[in-house]
Amino acid sequence: MAKILVLAEHDEGQLKLATLSAMGFAHEVCADAGGSYDVLILGEGISAAVELLRGYGAASVLVADHAALKDPLADKYARVIDEVARVQNATMVVGAASTFSKDVLPRAAALLDAGMISDVNDVRSDGNDFIFKRIMFAGNVIATVKLDGALKFLTVRSAAFAPPPKVAGTSPITSVAVDAGKLPSQIEYVGREAKVAGRPDSTEARVVVSGGRAIKNAEDFEQLIGGLADVLGGAVGSSRALVDSGITPNSLQVGQTGKIVAPDLYIAVGISGAIQHMAGMKDTKVIVAINKDAEAPIFEIADYGLVGDVYQIVPELMEKLKK
Amino acid sequence: MKILVPLKRVPDPDTKIRLKTDGSSVDWDGVKFAINPFDAIALEEALRIEESQGEIDIVVVSIGGDECTEQLRAGLAMAADRALLIRAEPDLDPLAIAKIFVAVYKLEKPDFVLMGKQAIDDDSNQVGQMLAALLGIGQATFVSKLELLDNNTRACCGRETDAGIETVVVKLPAIITTDLRLNEPRYVSLPGIMKAKKKPLEEITVADLGVTVASRTKVLALEPPPKRKAGVRVKTVDELVDKLKNEAKVI
Ligand SMILES: Cc1cc2nc3c(=O)[nH]c(=O)nc-3n(C[C@H](O)[C@H](O)[C@H](O)COP(=O)(O)OP(=O)(O)OC[C@H]3O[C@@H](n4cnc5c(N)ncnc54)[C@H](O)[C@@H]3O)c2cc1C
Ligand SMILES: Cc1cc2nc3c(=O)[nH]c(=O)nc-3n(C[C@H](O)[C@H](O)[C@H](O)COP(=O)(O)OP(=O)(O)OC[C@H]3O[C@@H](n4cnc5c(N)ncnc54)[C@H](O)[C@@H]3O)c2cc1C
Repeated sequence: MAKILVLAEHDEGQLKLATLSAMGFAHEVCADAGGSYDVLILGEGISAAVELLRGYGAASVLVADHAALKDPLADKYARVIDEVARVQNATMVVGAASTFSKDVLPRAAALLDAGMISDVNDVRSDGNDFIFKRIMFAGNVIATVKLDGALKFLTVRSAAFAPPPKVAGTSPITSVAVDAGKLPSQIEYVGREAKVAGRPDSTEARVVVSGGRAIKNAEDFEQLIGGLADVLGGAVGSSRALVDSGITPNSLQVGQTGKIVAPDLYIAVGISGAIQHMAGMKDTKVIVAINKDAEAPIFEIADYGLVGDVYQIVPELMEKLKK
Repeated sequence: MKILVPLKRVPDPDTKIRLKTDGSSVDWDGVKFAINPFDAIALEEALRIEESQGEIDIVVVSIGGDECTEQLRAGLAMAADRALLIRAEPDLDPLAIAKIFVAVYKLEKPDFVLMGKQAIDDDSNQVGQMLAALLGIGQATFVSKLELLDNNTRACCGRETDAGIETVVVKLPAIITTDLRLNEPRYVSLPGIMKAKKKPLEEITVADLGVTVASRTKVLALEPPPKRKAGVRVKTVDELVDKLKNEAKVI
């Protein structure tokens, strides 16, 4: 029987939607193999996120609300997760595949001497254990893997797991006692650069418009890629080519070593479709490619391809979409 | 000061990975190998710290078989001072690798470890964080800006998170893992390669280090990803808008 602990993620109190996918994974495992799941949230001033988490059938929502946990610092967070996993007798600890989980969960896993699998996109019960699938080599290979040990740590890809069904009634809240004096303090939080513009995060948006090397500078990116995203109420993304040339920040990079996105609609604007880029967006429902090179590899995976110059096509597209 | 830089041997990012026809393993025939790109960034950063601070002992370490000496030599050619090959069976999982690095750390006693945020073959993104936990020291992951403070007792790090760049100060020793914008690794020069031949490359086994490790991760099968079926070409923007609205119904 599974006893799963899901690590919730929030951004200054606002729940990250990918958390619901991690809960969806837990729900799926419990439906399949029996068991239950709890959700753990850490932070300070997180009651709104806690309320949201209560509506999905978790056995309980464990809340570590403390000033010492205000900022997501790996040394402190991992220690709390370590303790909660022990107390709960967890058999799995699961988080969404995000920079937050990637920072914190491997650290907690090692504290508990547990093995870990990153980026799981499929799970199946195998009598008394589980078999997982994950993607390797920039999406070139899907590996079927097992992980030995009574406790397993996992991050899961949100595209692969739907949120659990909403239930009537709410999960009980259990408060986690935090002894701040006992937490390590090797890392000190200084701050975070303010987010640019009010666009959604590409990992959460229904539409992502992504720009590649065809875009010549930051103003053009804002006008064409940002402009089109705004018309569609979507997020912006970019290839590494634009990150390398300083036109876009790293946080916009989609791909093997950037973000993994899976929106309903992904529009690749002047992106060639290198394997490392496609590793980050292939699970999108509908892919549109706009590229002047009819042979660009991106067309091999695009549902709709339009050959032409993005500097002509994108303004026309914005114009027509506005109508 | 001493900086430890792990170097993992991985397939060159530009080589196409294929599976053997029976799917039992990757077809390594003709595949070129390289230093994991993020590890090259870590080594470059160590070299830049040396260039600004003066002599530093930079030790590159790889865990694996004979073949890893190729990447270690490349690291020495970039200007690392010493190389260490830890002989181990191939394909150890991240926790096993981290446990080996714990022993290496205790042997070498570096001031800190600079390493890649992820290896581009397996993409696990776990080893650095696990190593920090096992050593009970701090960590700064996905670092794209690094500044040593207070006589190298602390490091101010800009971290690339999903929400943007976060700044933390971590006490040293710590594990610092690199993201791509930290720097651009230098090319290996010919004199560098010549010099590298004379630099020490020591070998020890995992058993010599006094650790026993076993992977808990078992790969049962490998398969190619499902192919997306090729879509259609549209000729005009009008046609595209029509398809998105009426066929795909995504806008
Ligand atoms: C270890 C490693 C990790 C990597 N990780 C990532 C990653 O996570 N994400 C990522 O994106 N990349 C990653 N890369 C880089 C990747 O290999 C490619 O270099 C990159 O994706 C190329 O970006 P691009 O498609 O924008 O540029 P290019 O490949 O240069 O393509 C530009 C495209 O734009 C088209 N074009 C140019 N001008 C116009 C115009 N006016 N109108 C229409 N079309 C035009 C061209 O025909 C071309 O197809 C990684 C590489 C390595 C080595
Ligand atoms: C085809 C294939 C099959 C595999 N099968 C198995 C299997 O059956 N069983 C099994 O246990 N494992 C298997 N593995 C290996 C295993 O999954 C990874 O190699 C291991 O988990 C290490 O993870 P990572 O390199 O992705 O670490 P990451 O955490 O992504 O790497 C982070 C950093 O750690 C350092 N690092 C990691 N490994 C080394 C190293 N060896 N030497 C020096 N530095 C290093 C580097 O600095 C790297 O940038 C397989 C790998 C492949 C490619």
